Amino acid sequence: MDIPMEIVYQRPESLTDTHTHYCPGCGHGIAHRLVAEALDELNMRERTILVAPVGCSVFAYDYFNVDGCVAAHGRAPAMATGMKRLLPDHIVLTYQGDGDLASIGIAEIMHAAARGEKITTIFVNNAIYGMTGGQMAPTTLPGQKTTSSPFGRNTDIAGYPIRMSEILAQLDGSVYVVRRSIHDVQNIRKTKKAILTALKVQEAGLGFSVVEILSNCPTNWGMTAEESLTWVEENMVPYYPLGDFKVRDDAKELV
Amino acid sequence: MAKEMLKGNVAIAEAAVRAGMEAYFGYPITPQTELLEHLSKRMVEEDRVFVQAESEVAAINMVYGAACTGKRVMTSSSSPGISLMQEGLSYIAGSYIPTVIVDVMRGGPGLGNILPSQGDYWQVTRMAGHGDYRPIVLAPASVQEAIDFTILAFDLAEKYRHIVVIAADGQIGQMMEPAELPVMRPPSTEVPHWALSGAKNRPPNVILSFNLNGADQEKVNIAIQERIALIKAKEQRWVEHYTEDADLLVVGYGTTGRIAFTAVETARENGLKVGLLRPQTLFPFPDDRISELTDNIKSCLVVEMNAGQMLDDVRLAVGGQVPVGYYGRMGGAVPMPEEILEAVEAEYAKLQGV
Amino acid sequence: MQEQFVFSGFGGQGVMFVGQLLAYAAMDNSFEVTWIPSYGPEMRGGTAHCTVVISDRPIGSPIVQNPKVAIAFNNPSFDKYVSVASELFVYNSSMVDSTCQRSDITALPVPATALADKLGSLKLANMVMLGALLTVHPVLSISAIRDALDIHIPSHHRNLLDLNYQALDVGMQHVMQVPLF
Repeated sequence: MDIPMEIVYQRPESLTDTHTHYCPGCGHGIAHRLVAEALDELNMRERTILVAPVGCSVFAYDYFNVDGCVAAHGRAPAMATGMKRLLPDHIVLTYQGDGDLASIGIAEIMHAAARGEKITTIFVNNAIYGMTGGQMAPTTLPGQKTTSSPFGRNTDIAGYPIRMSEILAQLDGSVYVVRRSIHDVQNIRKTKKAILTALKVQEAGLGFSVVEILSNCPTNWGMTAEESLTWVEENMVPYYPLGDFKVRDDAKELV
Repeated sequence: MAKEMLKGNVAIAEAAVRAGMEAYFGYPITPQTELLEHLSKRMVEEDRVFVQAESEVAAINMVYGAACTGKRVMTSSSSPGISLMQEGLSYIAGSYIPTVIVDVMRGGPGLGNILPSQGDYWQVTRMAGHGDYRPIVLAPASVQEAIDFTILAFDLAEKYRHIVVIAADGQIGQMMEPAELPVMRPPSTEVPHWALSGAKNRPPNVILSFNLNGADQEKVNIAIQERIALIKAKEQRWVEHYTEDADLLVVGYGTTGRIAFTAVETARENGLKVGLLRPQTLFPFPDDRISELTDNIKSCLVVEMNAGQMLDDVRLAVGGQVPVGYYGRMGGAVPMPEEILEAVEAEYAKLQGV
Repeated sequence: MQEQFVFSGFGGQGVMFVGQLLAYAAMDNSFEVTWIPSYGPEMRGGTAHCTVVISDRPIGSPIVQNPKVAIAFNNPSFDKYVSVASELFVYNSSMVDSTCQRSDITALPVPATALADKLGSLKLANMVMLGALLTVHPVLSISAIRDALDIHIPSHHRNLLDLNYQALDVGMQHVMQVPLF
C-alpha cells in the first residue's frame, strides 16, 4: 500500500549540515533557523553575505550556507556598510548579540542606522555576555546576577539597561525597527514574520532594518531551558516590551 | 600628462581615484583632511563609494568589509586616527585582505599637534595592531612619489593580499610641487576567487581572522610569515646619492630624507665624502643594500623626525660593523638642512679623529 | 641656481596665494619648485607664512633656515623674519612700524597697503609686494606672473584680473621711483 509522503520539515538550504556549538536550549538555534528559512523563502541565499559578530554567534558563518565573515567586536555594522555600498544588489546581514551591539559596538550600530544603511541587523538580546562566561551586559536587568554583578546589577554602580530598539527607532535613517521574542511558539512565528519584513525592506532599498530578538541563556542564567524561557517572558518582556517601534510608511506594505 | 602644482594630500587622493579605487572611508583629521575632502567630490563624480565614517574605528572596519568584496578600497588618517585603526588592521592582516592605508603623520604622543612628524615609524612598520604581521610601508619624499606610491600601493596590496601603508608626514601632505598624475585606470571587473560575492554555484566563501584551533592558527601565522619573507626578498626599495666613495652614510626617509639630501649636497661641496640612502620602503627595510654598503663606509648617521625609530633598523642592517649616529627632531619640529649638515660634520669629524 | 622665499602676514592678506602664484609661474617656466605652508589650527586671523623654493635642479629641502628673500606683510612677520633673510627683505611699510636697520642685505620697504588702497582694494597689497619684489630681484619676469595669474586665478576672482595686473605694475613702478637703501 502506498503511503502518501510529504516533506513537512527539513533543514533550510541556507543552513549548513553542521552541529552547532550552542548550549542545549539556547535561543540562537531558533534564531538561526528563522533567518535561514526567511532567506530561503525570499530566494536570497545566493546573494547574501552574513557578517558574524564576536560573541556566542561568532561561529554563525559556519552554520549559514552563505558567504560570510567575522567582524571585530561590535564593528559588524561598519563592515556591512563597506560591503553593501560596493554590492548594492546583495543582501547584507549582521547578526549581533547584546554585548556586541549595545556596548562595544553602539557607535557603529547607531551610525549605520542614522545613515540609513540598506542592511538588516538581527539583534539577539539575552541580557548577558555568553561567550566569555556570563558577565553583565548592557542589557542585563537591574538586580540580575551575573559573574561580574555577583550581588545583582546595582544601578547605582552599573547604571541601567539600554533599550536599543526604542533608541534606534528615533533615527531618521531607520525604516523598520521591531522587538520580538522566541520564548514560545506564537512569538517564534511573529519573529519569523518580522525577519521576512526586515529582509524585504532591505531588498526594496528603503533603509536600515533591525529585528531585536529577546532570547534565553539557560547556561549562564543557571536555569533549565524551560525555566529560562519563562524568565524571558516574566522578566525580560516587561522591561523590553515587544512591538513595532518604527515601521516607516513606505515599509508598511511589506509587513 | 602635463605637470600640475599639486598638494600632497590631494595628489594621493586623485592618484587613488586613477588607480581604480572603488570605495573610500575616512574621518577628518589634520593634516590629511584635504585628502578626504577631495575624495568627497571626486568619488561622487565617478559614481563610486565615499563614506565619511563616524570614527576611524568605523572607517577601518568599513574598509575591511569593502575589501572583502575584492575591490580596491582605501582609508586615510593621521597618527591618532591610525592608533584607532590598529584593531581593524590586525583583523585585515589576519584575513589576507588587500588594503591601502594612508598615514599623514603628525606630532605625538597623545593629541600632540598637527605638525609634521615621523613618530609613527614603529607603529606602522612593526605590526600596526596585535598579533604577528607587518604591513608593507611606503614612504614618499615628494608629491610625485606620493602619487607613484599610491598606484604601487594598490598593486602590491593585491599582489600579496597584504596591507600597504603609505607613511607620509604632514609636510608631504601639505606641500605643493609640480607633479604628473597617471591616466585613469578603470576599476577591475574581475572578482577574486576568495572574495565575498554570494555563494552562487559554489560553496560559500568565508573571510575571517579567527581560528580557535591552535595548530590551525599557527598555520595561518606561518602563511603570513612566508608572505612577509617573500615581500622582504622582492620589495626592498630605496634611492641613493654619492654612495660610491662615501665614508659617512646618511640614512633618512620621507621629508627628512629630502632635507638630508640638501645637507649631503652641501657637505659634498665642502669636500666631505658623505652619501645618502633614502629608504622608499620602510618595510621591507632595505637591509640588504645597507648591509652591502657597510663594507665600504666608516660610519652611519640616521636622521628622523622622531626619537630614533628607524635607527633600530639601520643598526640591525649594519650589524655592529660601524658606529651608527642619530640626529632627529620630535613633536612636530622639522630639522633644517643646516642642522643636519652640522650633525653630518660632527659625525664626519669623529672619523677624522678631530 | 636656487632661490628661497618666505612670505609672511596675517591670514586674509593673500600671503599663501602670492606664494602659490610665484610657484605656478616658476613651474610654467620649467623650474623645479616647492611651496609649503605653515599651517595652524586657526582658520582665520592668525599669522600665516609659506616658503617657496625655486631651482633649476631637483629640490632637496623645501624649507630653509635663512631664505634668500623674506617678505613681511605685518609687524609680527617683520619681527620674525627681519633677521632671517640672507639677501633681500621686503616689508609692507604701511603696516610695519619699524624700519629694517640691517646693512648686510637689501631692505625694501613698500607701502603696499596704501598703494593698494589707491587702486581701490586693500586685498591687492600682495600683488603690489610681488611686483616690487620681482623688480628688485628678477627671478621671474612680471609678465611670467601675469601669465600665471591668467591661468591660475580662482574663477570667482577672475573679474579682478586687470586690477591684479595693475597692482603688479604699481609695485614695479614704486621700486623704480625710490632709491634702495
